[in-house]
Amino acid sequence: MKKMRKLIGALLCGIVATALFTGCGSKGGENGVVYVYNWGEYIDPETIEMFEKETGIKVEYEEYETNEIMYPKVAAGTSNYDLLCPSDYMITKLMENDMLAELNYDNIPNAKANIGAQYFEQAAAFDPGNKYCVPYCWGTVGILYNKTMVDGPITSWDVLWDEKYKDNILMQDSVRDAFMVALKRNGYSMNSLNTAELEQAKNDLIAQKPLVQAYVVDQVRDKMIAGEAAIGVIYSGEAIYTQRENADLEYIVPEEGSNVWIDGWVIPKNAENKENAEKFINFMCRPDIALMNFDYITYSTPNDAARALIEDEEIRNSEIAFPDLSKYNNMEVFIYLGEDGDELYNNLWKEVKSN
Amino acid sequence: MNKKLLSAPFLFWSGLFIIVPLLMVFYYGLTDKTGAFTFENIAAISSPEHLKALWEAVKLSVLSTIICLILAYPLAMILCKSGSNKTSFMVLIFILPMWMNFLLRTFAWLTLLEKTGVINTLLKLVGLPTLNIINTPGAIVLGMVYNFLPFMVLPIYNVLIKIDKNVINAARDLGANPFQTFMKITLPLSVPGIISGITMVFVPALTTFIISTILGGSKILLIGNVIEQEFTQTGNWHLGSGLSIVLMMFIIFNMVISAVTDKDGEAQAL
Repeated sequence: MKKMRKLIGALLCGIVATALFTGCGSKGGENGVVYVYNWGEYIDPETIEMFEKETGIKVEYEEYETNEIMYPKVAAGTSNYDLLCPSDYMITKLMENDMLAELNYDNIPNAKANIGAQYFEQAAAFDPGNKYCVPYCWGTVGILYNKTMVDGPITSWDVLWDEKYKDNILMQDSVRDAFMVALKRNGYSMNSLNTAELEQAKNDLIAQKPLVQAYVVDQVRDKMIAGEAAIGVIYSGEAIYTQRENADLEYIVPEEGSNVWIDGWVIPKNAENKENAEKFINFMCRPDIALMNFDYITYSTPNDAARALIEDEEIRNSEIAFPDLSKYNNMEVFIYLGEDGDELYNNLWKEVKSN
Repeated sequence: MNKKLLSAPFLFWSGLFIIVPLLMVFYYGLTDKTGAFTFENIAAISSPEHLKALWEAVKLSVLSTIICLILAYPLAMILCKSGSNKTSFMVLIFILPMWMNFLLRTFAWLTLLEKTGVINTLLKLVGLPTLNIINTPGAIVLGMVYNFLPFMVLPIYNVLIKIDKNVINAARDLGANPFQTFMKITLPLSVPGIISGITMVFVPALTTFIISTILGGSKILLIGNVIEQEFTQTGNWHLGSGLSIVLMMFIIFNMVISAVTDKDGEAQAL
């Protein structure tokens, strides 16, 4: 019994100690602090310093690798982030679970002024009335190929099943992206919940596995630049960067259609510094800042005013960075499929990976 | 009484960071999403995908443990026999890579083994055929052996260095040849070190997910990868914990064997 009491005493001491330590965390700049949780390598770090200097608000910046890693951290509510930058379907999931705060556009005048109306329209597909999300980046998913390593121009997802390119194919190591490729190739919706369609997609992915060199996420970029593989599935934003580094690379959106996605700023409901977060969004929507970010991360910006400032005409009118979506068929946005849908996809993906 | 007080920080530490997390793993592993008690998460190991991932992990980690043992034993003997100056230098060379981050070392192997990597560029330069082991089970085993070899060498070395030279001399005096001396004296006396080394290599090799992701190109799913994905991608902590419990049973089984064979606790000296 005595031992027990001592143990409880020790535990209490520890809890007090941790409370003390967390108590003296950073108090922020003169005008407070804003906790930002964004994708890795998704901002020009210089813009953060400029924001801090101009507003006197300290930015506590953290990064995540995928939407799926971000979600449980936010849902647990242990870390109070003020600003997130998830993708379309993840924003829906956050909305459905009542985890987002409505934006006050009076504090974000730059958003409506600079961001193209068509992008707000696109975002309305998952955020009706644009109440929660200001678009930050957008793009497509397609095939990046090395012109010196393939025969003729590529137009279809079929090339990822071509025996000729065995061990020369890089696939995305994420469930929705991988199934998007297989579903679109067969002419189905990438948000399909039809068991027969998904079963077929699964079998196709299993058949493709011996041809695949590796399943990777961010490494597609470096491997394609180095000439490690001939063909890779990649986000359009990475494509521009890879072409800068290796002129033999070409990016296309396959004719069967693909994914068009938007990542946007959202504020969680439990944010303690909502106004600072809105100031941060407003700053990011400024044309000069959006241009700096575009130059740095090369992901397409929905900021029309920033696009007009791009000096290089080739980039400004690039079909990769700013595709005219009306020219493509069957472009789709990912839709949140609910918990059951997620589980169905995850189990099928596990079968593919373990085969 | 005083001694007990001194152990308070340790008790606090292990309570907060070992016992509590372990209890949480068991809580999640034995409940479903509604919080109701269930064995389903543990029984899930019998699904074909999970069994296959477990089998792959056992296969590769046993193979790496055997390779580590074969490489480490002679090396430990050489370390014991050489002079003290040389020994400390060689041990240093061995420990040195461990000062670097585990992830960095594994990424270094990726750069070495890639199709357009360092090794293949050199091989091509001298006109030799290229080496294509990246993204195969072979590359994963290589990564495991490289990363965990020191954990095999050091316990064996620690046991060998403590063997009384008089025992070996006596065996030679009594007419045993070097091979007989090794088989009857050195090897049996070094068993605790071998067992400890096997545990220290087998356990991390069985549970690794990062080596198979980086060097295996995510093409080979080990049980560690399945658990990692349940936590980071799928967000099903219950299933992830359930599978972790199964893995823990494997490890406890391994530990029990080493505890039984290592009654003197010699290998604990490390």
